[in-house]
Amino acid sequence: MAGSIRALPSTDIRTATRASGRRFSPGLEAWRRFSRHRLAVASGVILVAMVLAILFGTTLWSVPINDIDFSARLEGPSWQHPFGTDDLGQDLMARMIYGGRISLAVGLAAMFVAVSLGTVVGAIAGMSRGWVGSALMWLADLFLSLPQLPLLLLLIYLFRDHLKAVLGPEGGVFVLIVIVIAGQRWMPVARLVRGQFLSLREKEFVEAARALGASKVRQVVRHILPNALGPVIVAGTIDVAAAIIAESTLSFLGLGFPPDIPTWGRILFDAKDYLDIAPHWALIPGAAIFLTVLSINFIGDGLRDALDPRRVL
Amino acid sequence: MGAPLLEIRGLKTHFATDDGMVQAVDGVDLVLDRGETLGVVGESGCGKTVTALSVLKLIAMPPGRIVDGQILWQGRDLVPLRGRELDLIRAKEIAIVFQEPMTSLNPVYTVGEQIAEVLRRHEGLARRAAHAKTVEMLRLVQIPNAERRVNDYPHQFSGGMRQRVMIAMALSCSPKLLIADEPTTALDVTIQAQILELLQDLKSRLGMAVMLITHAMGVVAETAQRVVVMYAGKIVEEAPVRQLFGRPLHPYTRGLIRSMPRIDRAATHKTRLEAIGGVVPNLLAPPPGCRFAPRCRFAAAVCREEVPPLREIEAGHRVACVLAETIPP
Repeated sequence: MAGSIRALPSTDIRTATRASGRRFSPGLEAWRRFSRHRLAVASGVILVAMVLAILFGTTLWSVPINDIDFSARLEGPSWQHPFGTDDLGQDLMARMIYGGRISLAVGLAAMFVAVSLGTVVGAIAGMSRGWVGSALMWLADLFLSLPQLPLLLLLIYLFRDHLKAVLGPEGGVFVLIVIVIAGQRWMPVARLVRGQFLSLREKEFVEAARALGASKVRQVVRHILPNALGPVIVAGTIDVAAAIIAESTLSFLGLGFPPDIPTWGRILFDAKDYLDIAPHWALIPGAAIFLTVLSINFIGDGLRDALDPRRVL
Repeated sequence: MGAPLLEIRGLKTHFATDDGMVQAVDGVDLVLDRGETLGVVGESGCGKTVTALSVLKLIAMPPGRIVDGQILWQGRDLVPLRGRELDLIRAKEIAIVFQEPMTSLNPVYTVGEQIAEVLRRHEGLARRAAHAKTVEMLRLVQIPNAERRVNDYPHQFSGGMRQRVMIAMALSCSPKLLIADEPTTALDVTIQAQILELLQDLKSRLGMAVMLITHAMGVVAETAQRVVVMYAGKIVEEAPVRQLFGRPLHPYTRGLIRSMPRIDRAATHKTRLEAIGGVVPNLLAPPPGCRFAPRCRFAAAVCREEVPPLREIEAGHRVACVLAETIPP
């Protein structure tokens, strides 16, 4: 991307000697570059482990999520309850596994929707020279200036019941929450992409592509977009974190999933009143969110570097 | 003998700015025949590049607009074309090489991928065939180790090598006309010579026409057969290269030739290099008569009032100066 460091002469020698040796296919080459990024690889391992734990954890740990046991309230970690219990004596391990599915799914889906929408809007705005671009940016500004909570309340009261009727209680809320979160997060991506497009579309290599008869779509998809992707990947990883946290806010306000369905954010909020007597209750979901967000961030970092051929790794 | 390869008639390309219309190209007539090398010279801002970009309709519209004129490609007007039709002319018929080899290649693809993209798109070659042709093109522009270098990224090439890649890309679909827009300006002198030599060599081998845009008279003298001198959006003189250098008629052309450093004179004559005083006029409101009149040593009253027409003085030698014959050489 703009401002990246050019290869030093010494690295040219290195690439030259490598060139005389083996050749890698682009996919393998990207993997080789990604694997140089140790933090990214470690983060990848952690994220995969968490996803596996969430997907298959219930078969190994088959304690029900809502088994109330008042004789074991607010217990710290033990062999019987590895993550301890909450104020109703429910097993936190089981609740974390169950909640992780929802939190991760919401986070990833909302990020995907927000980034796709933002990229499309930003790309159209960045390529148009007339009023379309300005109109789209006004729309983004409009969305940015809307007060978020009243809007959320309105949207959810308007559509929750319809969606529940169509997609079932959990599916309906899931779709609604993803749309609502993505609807609030696409504007920064759109602005970012538009800014990148505005500078990239004037670059000589785009003009060269045009001179060689590349259609508008080809110019955008093949030549401009790959060059604009770096900041978008980073923004996307931040969006995952924001979406996980936004979901917990919604659940806390009673606008998201019903209170008896645990999500990481929900568990964290429930725990906040017992911080002094049962810190483990808040620490465990907090650590899970923290680890997820951090690993996704590092993976994004590694991906950006691996996919930018100018960076010598 | 049908229509010439490229004929530009009365081309006017204007740019809308906040201050008014900039008349970047204002009534240019040009003819280019098959296999010919035409040099287009003039100082910065005289409209050479805009003329070239107009041919391929590569000017940004808006603010730019082809206000008037025709661009006849083998008798067919390119001005009204758009979309797919235009894409087919670009690359396959007319290709262009830009001034800036450092930034004209997409940094995220290997050079091979970029050349192959053109081949697959326009020539419909399969992946493997396109790759083979790409290596062949890189060999043609004399890139050493072509089969290995195809897989390198643009940042792994030097400026001169990148310009070779750009030329290879431009030539990959065997265009009939190559527009070279100051192809050597961003390169150092030894590389300039190599690139010009390469262009000459390729031109004679592939039999294409070349429109060479430059501000360096020396480059034109070496490579072009015919020269067009532009000033402030108009053609001021047009002649075969020998006549232009042997008997320049327009005061501006003379100024350009005199402002060239001459290795054979400087030592004996101990004179200062001559320069043309003043700057290019503001094209928002060009002077009413001859556009060069304010800077011209010989300008008479008539020059400031009437726009001088392009007159044919001798065969193939046209000049837009009323006083051309009377000015002492």
